Amino acid sequence: MGTFSRLYGATGWLALGIAALVIFVLFPVLSLAVPPDSAFHVSSYWVTLLGKIMCYAIVALAMDLIWGYCGILSLGQGLFFALGGYAMGMYLMRQIGGEGQYQSDLPDFMVFLDWKELPWTWWMSDQFWWAMILVVAAPGLLAFVFGYFAFRSRVKGVYFSIITQALTFAAMLLFFRNATGFGGNNGFTDFKRILGFTIATPETRMALFAITGAALIGTLLLGRWIVTSKFGRVLAAIRDAESRVASCGYDTVHYKLAAFTLSAVLCGIAGALYVPQVGIINPGEMSPANSIEIAIWVAVGGRGTLVGAIAGAGIVNGAKSFFTQAFPEFWLYFLGLLFILVTLFLPQGVVGLARKLRRRWSGGAA
Amino acid sequence: MKKLLLALLLTFAGTAAAIDKAAVEKLATGDADQRSAAISALVAEADPRAVEVLGALAEGEMQTVAGKDGAQRVLIVKGEEAVDAVTGEKITPLPEEREDLIANNRLRGQVEGALAALKLLSPDRAARLKAVKQLAAGADEALLPLVQKALARETDAGIKPALELIAASLEMKSGSKEARIAAIQRLATSSSPNSRTLLAAAASDPDADIKYEAQKALREVQGRLAWGERAGLLFAGVSLGSILLLAALGLAITYGLMGVINMAHGELIMIGAYTTYAVQVAFRGSAWFDWYLLLAVPSSFAVSAAVGMALERSVVRWLYGRPLETLLATWGISLILIQSVRTLYGAQNVQVENPAFMSGGIEAFAGVVLPWSRISIIAFAALVLLGMWLLLTRTRLGLYVRGVTQNREMAACVGVPTGRVDAWAFGLGSGLAGLAGCALSQIGNVGPDLGQGYIVDSFMVVVFGGVGQLAGTVYAALVLGFANKLLESWSGAVIAKIVVLVFIIIFIQRRPQGMFALRGRSVEA
Repeated sequence: MGTFSRLYGATGWLALGIAALVIFVLFPVLSLAVPPDSAFHVSSYWVTLLGKIMCYAIVALAMDLIWGYCGILSLGQGLFFALGGYAMGMYLMRQIGGEGQYQSDLPDFMVFLDWKELPWTWWMSDQFWWAMILVVAAPGLLAFVFGYFAFRSRVKGVYFSIITQALTFAAMLLFFRNATGFGGNNGFTDFKRILGFTIATPETRMALFAITGAALIGTLLLGRWIVTSKFGRVLAAIRDAESRVASCGYDTVHYKLAAFTLSAVLCGIAGALYVPQVGIINPGEMSPANSIEIAIWVAVGGRGTLVGAIAGAGIVNGAKSFFTQAFPEFWLYFLGLLFILVTLFLPQGVVGLARKLRRRWSGGAA
Repeated sequence: MKKLLLALLLTFAGTAAAIDKAAVEKLATGDADQRSAAISALVAEADPRAVEVLGALAEGEMQTVAGKDGAQRVLIVKGEEAVDAVTGEKITPLPEEREDLIANNRLRGQVEGALAALKLLSPDRAARLKAVKQLAAGADEALLPLVQKALARETDAGIKPALELIAASLEMKSGSKEARIAAIQRLATSSSPNSRTLLAAAASDPDADIKYEAQKALREVQGRLAWGERAGLLFAGVSLGSILLLAALGLAITYGLMGVINMAHGELIMIGAYTTYAVQVAFRGSAWFDWYLLLAVPSSFAVSAAVGMALERSVVRWLYGRPLETLLATWGISLILIQSVRTLYGAQNVQVENPAFMSGGIEAFAGVVLPWSRISIIAFAALVLLGMWLLLTRTRLGLYVRGVTQNREMAACVGVPTGRVDAWAFGLGSGLAGLAGCALSQIGNVGPDLGQGYIVDSFMVVVFGGVGQLAGTVYAALVLGFANKLLESWSGAVIAKIVVLVFIIIFIQRRPQGMFALRGRSVEA
């Protein structure tokens, strides 16, 4: 317990407790118990939006671990996220059962392609536990194998970014093909049930929301535990001066590989939580643009601070849903400017800005 | 049905003098089969009036009107003027209650074939040549008598062999056993993919003689075609390679030499394409339209270079030495550029027309047509490469650029204005991207997302060739172009692209410095 409680100070734990109260008590009550016509009612739109943003926050934390703490800008996070999503999506497609448009046991798109049986990739896809294994194993294994070769041959810096981007791009092309067996262009959608519960009811949505919240808090604590441990310190040292760390006798490949794989697994879990809430997964999630956008969440919030990653994911995605509704044509201008201004003027992100302001303010008071 | 047609043809072939009234009326009012037979009948007449009538049907200018005696009268209506389709006399005033005649797709195809066949008899050589080309792609067997008639008349050595092949392929489908065997033997000397298809069908004929002859002929044709296909593949590889090269050359300077991860490179290509579009719009309708590229090429270079230099001075220069930040900032720039173009020109693709000299192609090998647009782009890529090489090795600016990229401090010490050289070099790379956009606008769609499709490819070419190695970029573009086309012929385009990408990813892990080094190339081979 001692190692656990040292993760945060008193204010940190208090903030975390309040966040947990909001997610697990306030939101369920406002959404389910308060009648829909009340001013305090939280509509399912908000539950889905916040649930989605919490998934993104998990991805941002994963990105921060690998980029902010280890200095590796992976542009494959979108791919890992989508792989987790697809693993979950396969299970959800099987849960539709015979209720699809064609009333077949096969998913609709396979009937449409005139396939008679499931391809081997769908083995055991009707079992939830197998889907959970895939959610972790598919991105994890890919990251492990890819990272092993890349780090061993000392591919680093921008090179690593570019080849992870190429990997993501190749995967996107692969998933766009109908023959690959994952629904081609349209991907998976029209889900009906999860574990037997109807997916569209407010109760199921709230349950998914709460599980996502728990996953986010869990990821945050895990991240905090890692970055305050010796392992995390070595990661930061690799970021700052890799050859010196190697000279001190650390095998940097192992450290980087562990961080990269963990980051991929976290993205996969986020993807798996994202798909049932949003109700669709398609290869567009793997587009290189998405992976780069993940980087800007972290940059906006502040690299190398876990809270910053969560804040960044919230700020950027909040702005995105505001802009795409109110001024869709200005969203790309805003996002583009954000990329430029943050890299030029806010290298520490909003968290860094807040710290600077607080220091200046307290300095002025003293 | 076919027999009936032939019988019809033979009946009508005799009476050539005046256009056949019954056929015209059938054409207008009959059911589908009758109309089709009527077309054949009109073709057999080979009368200029028949050309007019069929042309009118194809253009949708044919209308019917109820005559005084209750019979339908067929008219050809052009604007405000109408003539009687049978007699050719003018009808004034234009009758009020006319009905349009509609030709369905099958009929339209037949009419087009018939019109082409009628042109075989035209005194104009160019018209005959065009007709032969059109019929070589597939002709209706009802046209056989006409083709034979044309063959008997034809004297031009450039047209006669092609016409013989058409006749042979038509005889293959109908005709007696002897005629078919003779036709097969004639087809054996051809080297068009159409005769291969025909022979392949005949090679499984129930008649043993025909089967034997057809198989023999098929082997000959296939042997000839295989060479053509290999040559075509080679050309496709060079063509794709030159496109990759154009797209990557600019990046070879900004990323390869200067080390700037310019994610907006694709958008600079897109800006070049839109500049070409803007120039083309300005020239539209003028007599100089075919020469608009003369202005479009320098303009696209200049506009992209100006945008690039502005970016360098405003954003990129603050981020030298911080490649990951550069990546993010230039990505942001690319988003803004995409949205600006959407705001200015709309989200839809715009239409860029080729100048006349770029349409069409030359048939270098049997069945392989090399389009002029592709040939022009290969030549253009070579010229751009030459120009860039001269600029980098023969001018003062090139010397400065090489000096600054090799050793910035030392260059500054001997008085090279490094900041200005950075801007010029970045402008040069961006301008090259603009030239690529100008070239790409001639062969593909021009839309705001144009650049996004090329950014991964361009980086792959530069990284694969070896960062900082201009020659490596050239080799890499050609190798990737070939590899892509070769795989494509086996596995389809998407898989080919995926395989190439995965290959590069693995290659980079084995050899992070890129391909261009002697040992690297032997690994390649």
